[in-house]
Amino acid sequence: MTAPVVLEKVTKRYEDVVAVKNVDLETREGEIFGIVGPSGAGKSTLLRLVDLLEAPDEGRVSVLECEADSRSNEACTIRRKIGMVLQKPVVLNRSVANNLGYALRIRGWPEEKIMPAVDRELKRLGLEDRRTKNARTLSGGEMQRLSFSRSTIFSPKLLLLDEFAANLDPANVAILEKLVKGYMEEDSSRATILITHNLFQAKRMCDRIALVWGGEVVEVADARRFFDDPEDSRTTAFTSGEAVY
Amino acid sequence: MALDIGYDVVQVTLLSLYVSGCATTVGSLIGIPLGARIGLRQFGGKGLLKTITYTMYGFPPVISGLVIYYLLSRSGPLGSLGLLFTPTAMILAETLLVIPLTTGITISSVTEVDKAIKDTITSLGTTRRQGEWTIMKEAWVGIVMAIMVAFGRCIAEVGAAYMVGGNIQGQTRVLTTAIMMETRLGKFDYAVGLGVVLLGVAMAVFLFLKYIQEKEML
Repeated sequence: MTAPVVLEKVTKRYEDVVAVKNVDLETREGEIFGIVGPSGAGKSTLLRLVDLLEAPDEGRVSVLECEADSRSNEACTIRRKIGMVLQKPVVLNRSVANNLGYALRIRGWPEEKIMPAVDRELKRLGLEDRRTKNARTLSGGEMQRLSFSRSTIFSPKLLLLDEFAANLDPANVAILEKLVKGYMEEDSSRATILITHNLFQAKRMCDRIALVWGGEVVEVADARRFFDDPEDSRTTAFTSGEAVY
Repeated sequence: MALDIGYDVVQVTLLSLYVSGCATTVGSLIGIPLGARIGLRQFGGKGLLKTITYTMYGFPPVISGLVIYYLLSRSGPLGSLGLLFTPTAMILAETLLVIPLTTGITISSVTEVDKAIKDTITSLGTTRRQGEWTIMKEAWVGIVMAIMVAFGRCIAEVGAAYMVGGNIQGQTRVLTTAIMMETRLGKFDYAVGLGVVLLGVAMAVFLFLKYIQEKEML
């Protein structure tokens, strides 16, 4: 079993600010790996490094057994095996169906295969009647479900979720969490990295969890141990709500 | 449709549309890809290039006319082509005027596309060309606006058109130069009539572009 994501001694700076400091991290196939931590701790930067949107200043980032410069053609090839969903629902200024089809068209899928795949997703999302509507007319929850489907319609090996259910109502959170679990159950070799501020969500969804604090990974542990018997006092403070952030 | 105005208004209107349409098309074909490239790529001197482009919004039509006049005049470098006082000369002068507009508005439009959208497009695994094309489609409203502004500038242009076209009846007379001539001759009713035609033509083209702008959202 290979590690989908390996970070070794990774440091990332933005001018004078060290966003990620000397981070070592390894995820496993079949697991949902959670990253929690205070705002500004460097969680999103970690995810951008994994998605090759940023290059590390120091250290090594290996994704799906490949290493590539973030601007290279190889990075594009690697990204085609990764799905990413951001906190803010991002839909393109085109129809709902074309938003889903876009992810397949850029991969060179033939049109006769795209439409059935899009129809299946629309049915799964309950958006069949909106297929020709501009995606920006959807509600926030619908847009985020559409974003999620667009990032998974091509069956990526790795899914990156950055606060993907924040600011949504409980019903939409439940739908999205179910979609993530469904995605993971389809193939045991897939992996997900989930950034969340919601500790309950981390507890519900994640197999292992890392606490990131001041750009450093403070602790990585199984979800149960992370909450019940953490090693680091900062983890205790964070999970108990004592840490002010 | 020969009116008692003394020349064919339809022909003048069609020539206006032809000259403005060609200049807008050429100016857009040059300015939009150039603006997208400047707006989306990182390179040294980008800030300076943007500043120069924006400054050129105010490029005086007479200067454009002067440049083209010099190039096409008998003693100029392109004088042998015999293009001075032809619609082609007018198209060249107006193209020169609108390139900064189409370039600059495209730069602004693609730059203003939300970073989250740009990141998502990259994250989905687009090649550089696919990514840039998609961002341009996201900036579609602004890019069509660039075409509208360019057409508006061309159809309303009089200085450069007069300088390199000469307002020759049946050859280079367009609506704006005709209006100027009628006004000088004191035929205000004719000038106002031609002005109404000019406004109607411009509005019809803008409505068509607006339709395209909205249709592309799906």
